[in-house]
Amino acid sequence: MPPETKFDVALNCPVPIATRDSILLGHGSGGRMSGDLLRNILLPALHNPVLDRLDDQAIVDVGGSRIAFTTDSFVVKPLFFPGGDIGTLAVNGTVNDLAMGGAEPLFLSLALILEEGLPLDSLRRVMESIRVAAALASVAVVTGDTKVVEKGSGDGLFVNTSGIGLVPSGVRFSADQARPGDRVLLSGTVGDHGITILSQREGLEFESAVASDTAALHTLVADMLRSSSGIRCLRDPTRGGLSSSLNEIAARSGVGIELEENAIPIREEVQGACEMLGLDPLYVANEGKLVAIVERTEADRILEAMQQHPLGRNARMIGTVTQSHAGMVTLRTRLGTSRIVDLLAGDQLPRIC
Amino acid sequence: MKYLDEYRDERIARGIVAELGRRTTRPWVLMEICGGQTHTLMRYGIDEMLPAGIELVHGPGCPVCVTSLETIDKAISIASRPDVTLISYGDMLRVPGSHTDLFHVKAQGGDVRVVYSPTEALKFARSNPSRKVVFFAVGFETTAPANAMAVWQAKREGLRNFSMLASHVLVPPAIRALMSSPRNRVQGFIGPGHVCTIMGYREYEDLIREFHVPIVVGGFEPLDLLEAILMLVTQLEEGRAVVENQYVRSVTYEGNLLAQKVLGEVFEVCDRKWRGIGGIPESGLSLREEYAEFDANRIFGTEGVTADEPAECISAEVLQGLKKPTDCSAFGTRCTPENPLGAPMVSSEGACAAYYLYRRHAIAASGNH
Repeated sequence: MPPETKFDVALNCPVPIATRDSILLGHGSGGRMSGDLLRNILLPALHNPVLDRLDDQAIVDVGGSRIAFTTDSFVVKPLFFPGGDIGTLAVNGTVNDLAMGGAEPLFLSLALILEEGLPLDSLRRVMESIRVAAALASVAVVTGDTKVVEKGSGDGLFVNTSGIGLVPSGVRFSADQARPGDRVLLSGTVGDHGITILSQREGLEFESAVASDTAALHTLVADMLRSSSGIRCLRDPTRGGLSSSLNEIAARSGVGIELEENAIPIREEVQGACEMLGLDPLYVANEGKLVAIVERTEADRILEAMQQHPLGRNARMIGTVTQSHAGMVTLRTRLGTSRIVDLLAGDQLPRIC
Repeated sequence: MKYLDEYRDERIARGIVAELGRRTTRPWVLMEICGGQTHTLMRYGIDEMLPAGIELVHGPGCPVCVTSLETIDKAISIASRPDVTLISYGDMLRVPGSHTDLFHVKAQGGDVRVVYSPTEALKFARSNPSRKVVFFAVGFETTAPANAMAVWQAKREGLRNFSMLASHVLVPPAIRALMSSPRNRVQGFIGPGHVCTIMGYREYEDLIREFHVPIVVGGFEPLDLLEAILMLVTQLEEGRAVVENQYVRSVTYEGNLLAQKVLGEVFEVCDRKWRGIGGIPESGLSLREEYAEFDANRIFGTEGVTADEPAECISAEVLQGLKKPTDCSAFGTRCTPENPLGAPMVSSEGACAAYYLYRRHAIAASGNH
């Protein structure tokens, strides 16, 4: 028994809420809950060697060609935001998933789930964005589908795109390829997209000059590939941010990753918004950035190629792959101390004060 | 970034740490009051930098962590009603109540929304007159004035569909409770910078007269905290105990008088149950009788809701600084941010979550866990 105190101390703690018998928003965050859902419910039903690699795209042999194949659904509120809209995201997101496998993107499918009541003008604007984004990415939308759901059963517009691309021979990127000594390259500032969306959201509106970074990254990847064969793995850090992508690589490759806080480029507007809202930019979504794990000796050459591409002008070397603390990402803070950059359970939540 | 980088400068930080090393002649146990301060300490690894012998224990100043189980249960009960929109600060949604949390209520169809400011809740109430809009008002003296303002404004406008589930807590009574405990180890406090921005630090002088314990009101950036620690250690080494203000760019002696006025107009001091600590007399704020029509507890009949908190985790000791999160056998195994056993694991300001998020590797390396 603890000694008596003047106020009634109770060793109290709530019972855990272990039963997760329904989907929560956190299951879609790209964090630990998303991973659990994948491992516990989705993969057991579908196991096969291609799927089990869990890269952003499947790469399959068809008649002697290596085909990259991927799909992605887009649900974003608001539909239109500074820097783009759901249409641009739907094209660039799928193009980027192909590009992260080193593929040249060729064809897309487009499926629209329309909610009753969606203004036709909104749909026209989205379709125009899709047209422009596909033209910029040199991909053709070659098949599609449209469904309409009752008012209240959707959120205006959901978009799914699938994509097919060709992987050049000799290119084999995968999240299990990182090796101690490798370097971590980042193509530009982090957090732009997520903070842009947050700044537009109902109840949270704040003025911000930041715009979504949505962009198709395949030409940047092509330039990187031309510069060197030392690329081990590419990821576009979308939902869950840079942290989630790097944690995934560290876990899949069985290595540690050490980042330099000072080296990670963050726009002032994004940093300011994150400070104000109590968010960590390393967990905020990007839609036009890539992170590359590359061989140490090739890092400078690849970085230079990135910096010469318009989408890689702010590219930096941000860290190193280590043998120590396997499966974990750490960060050398600007005070010279070290901390973990963990996978979050669910979405980052704004803090109270 | 201007006004931030200056407070995160490695060279200056090393300088303060070196000076701290010169001034420290024996061990001292210090407590930072605020969860925000705990968060910075862990995030920047400041505990790693300190001279051996300076021990930081983490105080009860995480509003999410100390909000009582029954208050969470009340919020859950209210949010489950089909006619209610419950509006809350984000990190309250994951706090487990007796049986469920607000995220699950939302998943089951409850209308639960997140805002940064209570005025957003007012705005929502105005434009959705058919919804009963309840703002879940938790936090210390820092958030209380804005919440008071929302109720004041609602009364002035005659807004009939807005109410508040208010469960504010106050810092000085918590310090008094900690210092009164025979198990207390704390020899100096880093005072709550944001709370004192509102309240000033007059009240803390009474605590010093009572307990002869130095208090340095501190900010939230790494250099703020290091400087506050240096000021505390200097006082302790010299045998002094006064209130000093490190956070001069935000805190004045009197505080924000306008904020205090609206706070006093709408709220009154009440006894309050703290999660993990228990009942502390005169440690909370509740709505005054004149504002009873905005009291969600009265409107929805949840006044009588009580909850017994089962003895499971050591959050009581953690929140009083008697134990470190890593002293808990469930830390990082049965208790994680995904499945928190206790509130300090829920919020990023909670001591357990801060340790889990930022310090696990150091703990693993030192072989403690």
